[in-house]
Amino acid sequence: MMQRRTLLAASAAMLAAPRIGAAVTVGVTATELKIGNFMPYSGPASAYGVIGRGDAAYFKMINDQGGVGGRQINFITYDDGYSPPRAVEQTRRLVEQDRVALLFHTLGTPSNSAIVRYVNQRRVPHLFLATGADKWGNYQDTPWTIGWQPSYRTEAQIYAKWMLEQKPNAKVALLYQNDDFGKDYVTGVKDVLGARFDQMVTTASYEVTDPTIDSQVVSLRGTGADVLVTAATPKFAAQTIRKVHDIGWQPMHFLSNVSISIAAVMRPAGPERGVGIITSAYQKDITDPVWNDDRHMQAWREFMRKYLPEADMSDSGYATAYNVSFTLMQVLRQCEGDFSRENIMRQVANIHDLEVPLLLPGIKVSTSPTNFHPIRQMQLQKWSGAHWERFGDVIQGADV
Amino acid sequence: MDAGRDRIGTGIALPAAGAAERSAARPLRLLGLLGLVAVAAVLPPLFASSYQLFQLTLALIFAIAILGLNIVTGFNGQISLGHGAFYAVGAYATAIMMSHFDLPWWETLPVSALICAAFGFGIGFPALRLGGLYLALTTFSLAVAVPQILKYKGVEDWTGGVQGVFISKPDAPEGLGLDADQFLYLVVLAFAVAIFLLAHNLLHSRIGRAMRAIRDHSIAAEAMGMDIARIKTRTFALSAGITGLAGALSAIAIEFVAPDSFSVELSITLFVGLVVGGVGSIVGPLFGGVFAVFVPNLAESISRAAPGVIYGVILIFFLYLLPQGFAGFPQRIRALLRRRPEG
Repeated sequence: MMQRRTLLAASAAMLAAPRIGAAVTVGVTATELKIGNFMPYSGPASAYGVIGRGDAAYFKMINDQGGVGGRQINFITYDDGYSPPRAVEQTRRLVEQDRVALLFHTLGTPSNSAIVRYVNQRRVPHLFLATGADKWGNYQDTPWTIGWQPSYRTEAQIYAKWMLEQKPNAKVALLYQNDDFGKDYVTGVKDVLGARFDQMVTTASYEVTDPTIDSQVVSLRGTGADVLVTAATPKFAAQTIRKVHDIGWQPMHFLSNVSISIAAVMRPAGPERGVGIITSAYQKDITDPVWNDDRHMQAWREFMRKYLPEADMSDSGYATAYNVSFTLMQVLRQCEGDFSRENIMRQVANIHDLEVPLLLPGIKVSTSPTNFHPIRQMQLQKWSGAHWERFGDVIQGADV
Repeated sequence: MDAGRDRIGTGIALPAAGAAERSAARPLRLLGLLGLVAVAAVLPPLFASSYQLFQLTLALIFAIAILGLNIVTGFNGQISLGHGAFYAVGAYATAIMMSHFDLPWWETLPVSALICAAFGFGIGFPALRLGGLYLALTTFSLAVAVPQILKYKGVEDWTGGVQGVFISKPDAPEGLGLDADQFLYLVVLAFAVAIFLLAHNLLHSRIGRAMRAIRDHSIAAEAMGMDIARIKTRTFALSAGITGLAGALSAIAIEFVAPDSFSVELSITLFVGLVVGGVGSIVGPLFGGVFAVFVPNLAESISRAAPGVIYGVILIFFLYLLPQGFAGFPQRIRALLRRRPEG
């Protein structure tokens, strides 16, 4: 009877209070804050598993320094094998069994797609996902989910903006992979060109299953384009660079920054063939000696030596982990001890010009209740024949 | 199989006693079975958390899928490494019917099973000409091809391409006082019980004996007047239909289908579940389903650095201890006990 009365009183209070007042705090005790994560430690994408190890090491460092808000961080990370059903299983385990306060840096577009509805129904903060899809910035439909890195769409906006400055009357050829990833680039270019898109741009797409993209490149050249935007994954990027050079086409060539690996793209394509190609960057290249005297880079190396002594120091996944974990710590500090899920989300949407150690100078993390794209700036860089050389100012994506 | 031979042996020696024993044992076994089902229906929803219920639901779904594989591989001797493809087709069929045609979930299940059975029937024909390892590779290529076909531009409007298709888990009918996870668990349990009973009856019938005869000695079976082509293709269709139904249930439980959900690894998982549970056993797939869901998590809790290695070690350990799978466990104990007095 007593129980029923308290229940009634509680539900009356819930109805009376404004929505924000009904704060839910889960996964937080006086001494501990639980953070959940899944990563592909096994399976086809297991190379990304280093990111989860980097995150874990970062939180260990934070705990050694005394934790956050007087609490130690308990970082729980599981293997999803890059499989959406297992991602659902692991997410439910984290949310229902381990009862984590929030989900952080979960990797992979398919895996995050599989859980996004569940976490938003349950109102679990789903923060700083490790995927570049643009849809994680959709604060209206999925207000509990937010990405981190510049989305592919933002990247394409930046190329289009700079291109318009250089060649206001360009004729653009756009080659894209026919999936979410490639289509984000088409959207980004459209954002900037608007009504002029149809008249300025010719598109061609390829399937991941296609053996080559030769015919697409040849037919795009036939349109007389003087700008080429290639939204391709590494294998097709290398093919494109090779073919463009071999048929003697010399457009202003923009290349998606998922395909700028020297080992996987530039060397197979032939380094001399790619001279002049333009792409973008937002993180400091940890292998570039330019940063040797940078105090943040030195701090990162110190961290790596202490917490991940056996790790490969040239794997940029560790730098990403460091940056993203740093951003989360800022959010948790801003919470000032109130780790209710509502307050966590309020602080997530309340980051102002945060400087993150391994982001390029001038690139800052900002969010607001109507901006769930934390990084919207990038700097362009050009292939010299041996390495990528950054040039010009930091460019901001278009406001759409 | 050994048990069957024993029964025939004792039957010949003591016909009257054997028959009486069997008819007395029957109602007891039925009661025992009913009791087990009742326990499975009542205990987990009462005591398990919704995450644990979800895991049990997945284990039951895998058990149904493995039963489908067991019918064709264990009882009919046709090795299939491609049942993940039927699972995927079943899942997609249900997802597409629910999202594009707004059909209620329960209406989609029989349709998905029928689609998969028809698909399996089609695969069953070339399978007639391919024996053993060649059939294994042909079905394997099916498992490799299906995720890519699902991404194909021509069917993208239906399958959603790499984006996949979202569907919603059904809510429990009002008045039952169950939440969605409890309801789904009971639904899957009901399907599992029905399908396992049907399979049990079928495999102990004339057709079931014919399936096994073809597996053990197809020439002798043919000489006895069995229509091998007919039985083999129909077995394949039945098997694909059951696995497809499991796929359809999985789509509802996960609420999402995408090509990456049905990689080649899925077919291998089903095959591993089949062998670990017990090839040619009816209860075996239940253990196989439990293995498929819980062992990867167990492996991961032991070592995050190399969960694959731990999984492999556990698998070898099982094969060494229980070469006939979990289903062979009682027989193995019995064999050990029998050997001791002699030795």
